[in-house]
Amino acid sequence: MNIFKQAKFFWTSIVLAVVFAVIMQFLIVGGTLNQFYVNTLFFIGINIILAVSLHLIIGVTGQFSIGHAGFLAVGAYASAIITMKLSLPFPVALLVGGLAAAVAGLIIGIPTLRLKGDYLAIATLGFGEIVRIVFLNIDYVGGASGMTVTHLTTWPWLIGCVVLTVLVIVNFTNSTHGRACISIRENEIAADAMGINTTYYKVAAFAIGAFFAGIAGALYAHNFYIIQPTNFGFLKSFDILIFVVLGGLGSLSGAVIAAILLTIISTYLQSYPEIRMVIYSLVLIVMMLYRPQGLLGTKEITSFFKGGKSAKGGVQHGSKNTVA
Amino acid sequence: MEIVQQLVNGISLGSIYALIALGYTMVYGIVKLINFAHGDVFMVGAFIGFYSITVLDIGFFPALLISMVACAIFGVLIERIAYKPLRNATRIAALITAIGVSLFIEYGTIYIRGAQPEAYPSGLVPLKSIELFGVKISGQSILILGTSLVLMVLLQFIVHKTKIGKAMRAVSHDMDAARLMGINVNNTISATFAIGSALAGAAGVIFGMYYTKIEPLMGIIPGLKAFVAAVLGGIGIIPGAMTGGIVLGVIEALVSAAGYSLWRDGVAFVVLILILIFRPAGLFGKNVREKV
Repeated sequence: MNIFKQAKFFWTSIVLAVVFAVIMQFLIVGGTLNQFYVNTLFFIGINIILAVSLHLIIGVTGQFSIGHAGFLAVGAYASAIITMKLSLPFPVALLVGGLAAAVAGLIIGIPTLRLKGDYLAIATLGFGEIVRIVFLNIDYVGGASGMTVTHLTTWPWLIGCVVLTVLVIVNFTNSTHGRACISIRENEIAADAMGINTTYYKVAAFAIGAFFAGIAGALYAHNFYIIQPTNFGFLKSFDILIFVVLGGLGSLSGAVIAAILLTIISTYLQSYPEIRMVIYSLVLIVMMLYRPQGLLGTKEITSFFKGGKSAKGGVQHGSKNTVA
Repeated sequence: MEIVQQLVNGISLGSIYALIALGYTMVYGIVKLINFAHGDVFMVGAFIGFYSITVLDIGFFPALLISMVACAIFGVLIERIAYKPLRNATRIAALITAIGVSLFIEYGTIYIRGAQPEAYPSGLVPLKSIELFGVKISGQSILILGTSLVLMVLLQFIVHKTKIGKAMRAVSHDMDAARLMGINVNNTISATFAIGSALAGAAGVIFGMYYTKIEPLMGIIPGLKAFVAAVLGGIGIIPGAMTGGIVLGVIEALVSAAGYSLWRDGVAFVVLILILIFRPAGLFGKNVREKV
């Protein structure tokens, strides 16, 4: 019975997503939406992928990583090399961007995920900076002046990637592996004692998160016309982090909602970048002081319609647990 | 002799890192919080020093003092407003707050005074270079090194010989036991923030004099590197932070000397990742067994 319900819910969401995608496609092609709204829509899509991929690392597995822009950069540069230097088609670039970032995730994840809490945060921060400095010093990808990239990101590709990312991460979270990751978040020592290979799952979650961040990087590079190492600094990691924190550590729909809201807000504040950052930082501080679990906590938006049933990827309702 | 010259530069730079790292390490030792805003206190210190020199028209040492006092007050304010309510919250919540405070100070400064850089006035202290065994050591390096050394000795004196220092050591050892023994934990933590921020303020003025250019985002990279220095020496250990800072400064100077000056910023993070992997307790730290 439950399985039928789940399947029904699953197919309903897929159909809704497809309908939404087709309608938007007509609106964009027909020119009903002006360029400003289309751009905002593309940014929202890319930010959703980033937020959801970081959600898997921080929200589900509880590993506090603040170097996500590093993976974004690896994906962006790898895909840009594929299309611009090797003249291969865009789908290949998407895939290679994701895979390159996943490999970077493995390389950085295997040694650093032995660290915990603050140390892991600092190590990932350091990794993000190293990636930026490496791209800054490689002349093949243009060094500080960056690389020009043709505009190849189209709405079908974008919405396809968003839906795919959300699907994979929701299903991963609900699988055996996802449960293992949640148990690591709740208590790593207890999870270890229950026979869960904590290192394996932490690295796996890290690599999957990095893979989708790399895909987001590919979409970002081919949407932006130019990529420069300065686009992928600490502030970019912070932008992604705030989506996840604001939405609720452990809530996928929270991360998506925060990504949509904050992207719209920051588009309107584009002409006042310093005010935007002041507001962001104040929101972050006030949030941590008064509601450290984020807007939705570990709940999902769907749980509000179902009436009391445990939500996807979260702990039981009423639990006060937050990450770490 | 080129190499010796670079070593001297490295030690000067390293002693600035060491001054910032001391604040990180003291705060971490007591409240187990990576105070990301520390690098921005350093930036604020540089600006206060700059404005006291240009507006109030005073010399280097009075400006240094004003900057240290102002930063001490600023540090205590940050602690009281942002960190104190979170003392029993999760570590991640505290870390995110610290990042938030850091960005707030950076962009608040940009909002108030704009993002344009300022040039530090030169020739504040009449300095002569000295020749030692054929190596020319600039007066500036000596001044930086001298000021840092005096401050570090002062810090050692405060931590080991005064009542507040004893309280600080007690709180960092065991906060609850210290509270039971009648130590005012809140005041001790505030004092730690005050001392650490004062050192960062001093580092800011010295940095401004050494590099002559200051801007609102200047605190990020030196702040992160100072944190690396603190981890390198073993976080929570005061002599470790001094050693770590100087070692890091020397490593960077040697990398620059080897012709890879563009990679200089990356080296600190490579050092960080290596030290975290191979010796997470740092050079001076002891391994602590995890208990369940």
